[in-house]
Amino acid sequence: MSASTTQSGRGAARRRALTGRAIFAGPGLLYITLFMTIPVLLVLVYSFFQRGRFGGIVWEFTLENYVRAFEPVYLNVLSNSLVIAGTTTVLALVIGYPTAYAITRLPKRWRTVALVLVVLPFWTNFLIRTYAWIVLLNSEGPINSSLVDAGIISAPIGLLYTPGAVIVGLVYAYLPLVILPVYASIERLDRQLIEAASNLGASRVRAFFDVTLPLTLPGVMIGAIFVFVPSLGNFVVPELLGGGKTVMVGNLIRDQFLEARDWPFGAVLALFVISLLVILFAIQAAISRRINGTGKRYAAKQVTHA
Amino acid sequence: MTLDSTNAPLLRVSSVSKAYGDVVALDDVNIEIQQNEFFALLGPSGCGKTTLLRSIAGFEDPDAGAITILGAGSGTGSGPGEGGQIDLLSLPPNKRPVNLMFQSYALFPHMNVRKNIAYGLEREGLGKDEIAERVNEVLITTGLTDKADVRPAQLSGGQRQRVALARAIVKRPRLLLLDEPLSALDRKVRAEMQIELKRLQHEVGITFVVVTHDQEEAMSMADRIAVMHEGRVQQIADPVTLYSQPANVFVADFIGTGSLLHGIVANAVLLLRPEAVHISAEMAGAQLHGEVVETHFFGGSSTTSVRVAEMETLIVASHPGAPKFAVGERVGISWNADDAILLEDQP
Amino acid sequence: MRNLGWLRVPFIFTYAFLYIPIAVLVVMSFNASKSPFVWTGFSTQWYTALFNNELIRQGFINTMIVAVGATILATILGTLLAIGVSRYFRSAIVEAYSLAPAIIPDLVLAIGLLAFFALVGVTLSLFSVLLAHVVFGMAFVAAVVIARIGQTDSSLEEASRDLGAGVVTTFRKITLPSLAPAIIAGALLVFTLSLDEFVIAYFTNGPTTPTLPIVIYSMVRFGVTPEINALAALLLLVSFTIVISAQRITRLTDAV
Repeated sequence: MSASTTQSGRGAARRRALTGRAIFAGPGLLYITLFMTIPVLLVLVYSFFQRGRFGGIVWEFTLENYVRAFEPVYLNVLSNSLVIAGTTTVLALVIGYPTAYAITRLPKRWRTVALVLVVLPFWTNFLIRTYAWIVLLNSEGPINSSLVDAGIISAPIGLLYTPGAVIVGLVYAYLPLVILPVYASIERLDRQLIEAASNLGASRVRAFFDVTLPLTLPGVMIGAIFVFVPSLGNFVVPELLGGGKTVMVGNLIRDQFLEARDWPFGAVLALFVISLLVILFAIQAAISRRINGTGKRYAAKQVTHA
Repeated sequence: MTLDSTNAPLLRVSSVSKAYGDVVALDDVNIEIQQNEFFALLGPSGCGKTTLLRSIAGFEDPDAGAITILGAGSGTGSGPGEGGQIDLLSLPPNKRPVNLMFQSYALFPHMNVRKNIAYGLEREGLGKDEIAERVNEVLITTGLTDKADVRPAQLSGGQRQRVALARAIVKRPRLLLLDEPLSALDRKVRAEMQIELKRLQHEVGITFVVVTHDQEEAMSMADRIAVMHEGRVQQIADPVTLYSQPANVFVADFIGTGSLLHGIVANAVLLLRPEAVHISAEMAGAQLHGEVVETHFFGGSSTTSVRVAEMETLIVASHPGAPKFAVGERVGISWNADDAILLEDQP
Repeated sequence: MRNLGWLRVPFIFTYAFLYIPIAVLVVMSFNASKSPFVWTGFSTQWYTALFNNELIRQGFINTMIVAVGATILATILGTLLAIGVSRYFRSAIVEAYSLAPAIIPDLVLAIGLLAFFALVGVTLSLFSVLLAHVVFGMAFVAAVVIARIGQTDSSLEEASRDLGAGVVTTFRKITLPSLAPAIIAGALLVFTLSLDEFVIAYFTNGPTTPTLPIVIYSMVRFGVTPEINALAALLLLVSFTIVISAQRITRLTDAV
């Protein structure tokens, strides 16, 4: 009697869980599958077929598109992109890490203000933020004119339309995405560990490199991925601040889809970006597991701010 | 060893004060700790004991006062005052000849046990062979040899505590500070570790200063105890003296059990420890009369609580064997004048 | 600030770096001169010019259509998804899958959707942009709501279900009210995201219905004009207001 009651109770609970999943998560998961997963898989599929004459696809299997990516022209763009995205990432970390560290040292009330001020620019129009740098770096712009006024240079110098301008624009765009995860990882670090290192004879610099840095590495990695991958795929900054002279993977992909109408080759290039993302996340997960066996829900948490 | 160095205290805390805004954490604290002593700083939370410990280690800066340590006889090069007193406060934490075992142990999660222990020796710039030798030695002393290559996350609480201890003593500090060393352990492990700590202290010959809020822990391990309350040292004495001759009402109340009776002696408080109280059915000759309200039987001994008319505190008596009186019975209470402790009445 | 030591240097640098460009834009939007670089006096003429610009006005209307539609759909789907994921699945993989649209590079999502719409024969229009914006918008709402659910305890809902209330009643009477702040904050964030989104709109939009960011893109490509400064200042004001309100409604940064 009592056994059957609990059994039907358990059955009801299971039914309720399934109903809950279907009602609540069902529509969303379906939507994501339809409008993200299938489209991305489609990109994968397209990469193995031939291009149509006016865009689109001809259903004949080929590995041609992959072979093409190894042509010197494209290898050049790829390596150039990696260098620019890499430089951007390093710069963003060099600026972002100490800033995040400084924020953790603020009184609690000011910490929130400081964090909101970091996120705020990120939520504003990306084109507008890039446009601001066109104004700043212009030969008639404030940077050049104040340098001339100060007598540091005699005539305006070409700041705009250089790889440097592209890097500055990318750092500006993605700096908030470095600061947040790094902040979170420093905030989470047990301060007593640094005291312990100091107590055992480590100088402040030594304690930083032996304890703080390795233990915040998972956060640093997340920040690095959040800068590196979107930098690779960005075509607006190279175009507006690089003046089209700096070509990155993002520009190539854009051109293949909208101008050259070679979707399969564009798909191969997009897969390159996606696989980098996946590989980097896998490395990040491995590192955070190695360090403290946690960090699973780490990436997901950061999305709130991204 | 010269006569001088055996008499001079290893650590001298003189007139140290520290305040956080309006909150006074340390108020004119004076303590001297002798070499090879097992010393305890005992008090309720917020009494300043942890602030004092952190000041000695260098993680807090006192507002006033001095903390000095006796210079090493055989030159560790840690200061100019060889043989004399070294000013600890002028040294950064990483240069102090003092090691601290943190309450949370603060083991480096990304290093295995061996690396955790070796870390302090590496910072001293010792050679690889010497480090390996000393680490192995300590691993044996603390019984951790088979855990040497394991990360802290895979250890039990008791094992982590051993690693923390090993990491500190491998440095052979003049003074080892332990912040609530047993609080994170469960009851059974705690009893084992108490004995273990005492054994280790004898074995390695290091001066131990333990911070704790647990009076039983302090009483059972320490040679001398400083009882602290509201930033002030209330009394410094060995456990027996603290128990039998508490300096004031706070110490009397904090250490051991007993009944504090007001109004029996003019302008003073009378402290009766349970074992000093005799109760009997004989009313004649008893100093007080009352009614039994509670009895507890602990197997080998019992306690009987008695309410005396117009007195707020119950008087508790302990005696061997089973309870002799039932709840509700009227009894006479008596004690030897020598066993009663008179304390100054504080507001 | 005072006890930051040398960390003050990067700290101040970061905030100057983040805000000086924005400040320059806003100041220059009130410049009387036609040159966007040389200050000649105060004027609001560029704001007037902006409101008379037919392209920008049409772009704004298109953007509002997409943003409002995407916000409504993404908020509903994202809220349900968050509850489903954290109450009925409790699986890290399902949660990661739900949040993936927020992490995937926008360009990849954009070309994928372009290919997908072409394959199934959806004509590119504001509607296809809206469908695309709902995908990542939903993930952001879900992220905010999941964080909120993590802070509330589930015993109220369990009690309600124990007392015989069904899944739907429990949701309406108990779950929804307690999550309201997070849902509103999530909606506000999706609205700003959609308002400012360029890359996906650029790929999935039809040629005759440019959204505001697409209009801005074509203007910026031609060079610097004071009108863009005025538009920038207005857009910054809108985004700042919305994000700060969202932050005040749910203390977003606490979810770090």
